[in-house]
Amino acid sequence: MGTNQLLLKVEGISKKFPGVQALSMVSLEANVGEVHAIAGENGAGKSTLIKILTGAHQPDSGTIFFDGHMLKDLTPRKAMQIGIACIYQELNLIPHLNVMENIFLGREIRRVESLGILNRAEMRTKATALLAELGLSIDPAARIGSLGVGQQQMVEICRAVWSNAKLIIMDEPTSSLSEKEAEDLFRIVAQVKARGVTVLFISHRLDEIKNNCDRITILRDGHSVAMVDVVDTSVDDIIKLMVGRDIKNKYPKIRARHQDVVLSVEGLNRKGILHDISFSLRAGEVLGFAGLVGSGRTETARAVTGADPIDSGRIMVFGKEVKIRSPKDSIDAGIAFLTEDRKEQGLILIQSVAFNSTMVKMEQYAKYGVLNLGAVRTATRKLARELQLKMAGIDMPVGKLSGGNQQKVVIAKWLLSKARIFIFDEPTRGIDVGAKVEVYKLINDLVEDGAGVIIICSEMDEVMGMADRILVMHEGRITAEFDQNEATQEKIMYAASDIQKAS
Amino acid sequence: MSISHQVASASDNTKPSTNSVIAGHLYELGVLLSLLLLCVVMTFLSSRFLTMDNLMNVASQAAVSAIVSIGMFLAILTAGIDLSVGSILALSTMMMGIACVKWGWNPYLSILVCLGTGSLLGFCNGIMLTKLRLPHPFISTLGMQKMARGIALVVTAATPISMFPQPIQFLGNDSVATVPVSFILVALLYIAMYLFLTRTTVGRHIYAVGGNKEASRLSGIKVHGILNLVYTISGFTAALAGLVLAGRVNAVYPLAGVDYETDAIAAVIIGGASFFGGVGSIGNTIIGVLLIAVLRNGLNLLNVDSAYQTFAIGAVIIIAVFVDVLRQQVMKSGK
Repeated sequence: MGTNQLLLKVEGISKKFPGVQALSMVSLEANVGEVHAIAGENGAGKSTLIKILTGAHQPDSGTIFFDGHMLKDLTPRKAMQIGIACIYQELNLIPHLNVMENIFLGREIRRVESLGILNRAEMRTKATALLAELGLSIDPAARIGSLGVGQQQMVEICRAVWSNAKLIIMDEPTSSLSEKEAEDLFRIVAQVKARGVTVLFISHRLDEIKNNCDRITILRDGHSVAMVDVVDTSVDDIIKLMVGRDIKNKYPKIRARHQDVVLSVEGLNRKGILHDISFSLRAGEVLGFAGLVGSGRTETARAVTGADPIDSGRIMVFGKEVKIRSPKDSIDAGIAFLTEDRKEQGLILIQSVAFNSTMVKMEQYAKYGVLNLGAVRTATRKLARELQLKMAGIDMPVGKLSGGNQQKVVIAKWLLSKARIFIFDEPTRGIDVGAKVEVYKLINDLVEDGAGVIIICSEMDEVMGMADRILVMHEGRITAEFDQNEATQEKIMYAASDIQKAS
Repeated sequence: MSISHQVASASDNTKPSTNSVIAGHLYELGVLLSLLLLCVVMTFLSSRFLTMDNLMNVASQAAVSAIVSIGMFLAILTAGIDLSVGSILALSTMMMGIACVKWGWNPYLSILVCLGTGSLLGFCNGIMLTKLRLPHPFISTLGMQKMARGIALVVTAATPISMFPQPIQFLGNDSVATVPVSFILVALLYIAMYLFLTRTTVGRHIYAVGGNKEASRLSGIKVHGILNLVYTISGFTAALAGLVLAGRVNAVYPLAGVDYETDAIAAVIIGGASFFGGVGSIGNTIIGVLLIAVLRNGLNLLNVDSAYQTFAIGAVIIIAVFVDVLRQQVMKSGK
């Protein structure tokens, strides 16, 4: 629970950007050794608040007390010096250096201070000790680039601890972690907390907040609407506070009528990555892929859609075998692949909504290669309206949209490609509660309309809530298949770690 | 919780974007104003600047650079570069000279040899990037620059070829009712390229590939095909520029086009295309071309040593790229 000694007290912080009141009279307090969550929908002001606490932005008014002092004119450098560390979603480690070098980066131990000669032996001892203290089994000599995202995050935490941080701010640390990795992370957070460090934890995953935090401050539209103790608050209550209304059903699942098989995959192999993958998908069906990150779910989708080459296997679409050698082949066969990483693989951020929405099969708006720009704009407008895309206009660059609206552009792009098979890789990653429900409803619409849908989810709730049938993968193989009504979190976990349940 | 706050947060996304769009237009306006300002300043500094003769001279020098810059614009639009344009210009025109003068081929056939050589060399640049998977066109086109120049020097033992028949001189030396053919050619090429880039699927695909190669590939765009096409066009426009130059001076020489890539890169970047790819408009490239041409002409009129001219062009490139970096930051922080 932490002591009752106050470490951070934020009072009446306001911040206005041109045209937007990002924060108004926000208050927040956190005790020494507390894990304090900040929850709120996208655009509620979480990032602005973090940026103010790390000195990246200056508040227009309000005061911040930290460790007994009032902070004035905070800069990122000063924040670091007084013990405020922040771990961002994009990690700040250097991939070519090893764990030890990264932990001590910028605060190296030197043999002779003025000469800058490093004392590697001592750094190694200290790093090993620190890793052990935090219960981490990471080799200090391992190259950062060779570690998984989860372990890299642990190294970032070590770095923060080494710098004697009193407050560690973690901005959506688990968004790219599997459940197992997330569990490890929370174990470390507990260790750090035991050392009297305060953690400010920002997450979209409310069950994580519920299970690992002491108190929650909830932001809505730039106001701090509540500070509550986790023990007295249910996840439903948190959602209600965040959105200002009841979300009745997190997973508004509608079971559509299952029809003919639209996609069947037989004996798909990719050396060292995928082994003998076979499955089929019916029209009107939502098929879920569960498993840990790296178990081969995304790789299966990439192989089926021609994004990666395959060594052997057959893919049949609408009963006919198709040779898929490139993404273009799978698009022509009617398959849409909505990648997990929207920014790197799904969208062209500097281009407009209209451009992105119509870039797949652009030929359909053209005659002899000459585009009918009117048709492009009409198609975009119509779909943007149907999807309730919030934007300044269809010429707005998609890089300026929120995560949920960016995801809608990705969806628009594939709807306009006239695909009949949709593969969603982490469809709701990084988007807020309200937008998530909209995505689920869209998946319902797709299957009601007779499309086949595959969803790849790391959140167990999501796959159990939305899929009619669940395939579980482990190390490149499909290890189990469950119907929605027989699936339990436990069964999926066993299959995902390939432990044969003792019977 | 008041209604007004909800409204404010709903407009959260829209505000910065309008700002950055305005910032983009301001930059374009800024380049145009700089060009006008430069012209005004030159008019005061040199009485010879604002004469018909001089302006025609600027324009006909700019014509060659304008054509080279079309290919360079495409290469930069795909986040690449083409350092071989000057050498391709030289080798293509040398091949034309050999075909026409040494072998006595039909002049029209010789023109095809010129354009074909340029396109082929450009296509090789593309293949090096897409099939041999060289890491960046900086490497492949730098290699091509040296190889093409070397061959251009070898084929005629480093001597120029001159005395071309009329058809070859037509583009560079003729006029239609006092308007030089080269001006008409440039105008037509820029209009055609503008329409190609904005109104055709292939043109939009070039922008897509420049904006995000992986997203383009996963969207079914044939990225390699697009890149091959872009470098082929760049080779073609370099050869076409060479044809105009050969017509104007009625000679081809192996050291033609040295440093043309520098002026073209400067023109494209000044014209607002981003080195990061995916951003830029062909219409602004011509403004960049004119700005460089006026700058060079002005320094000539003022009898500034050519060493200082070289310095000035270098400085302009660095300033333009720096402005590009600043603009990228504005776009990012606008979020």
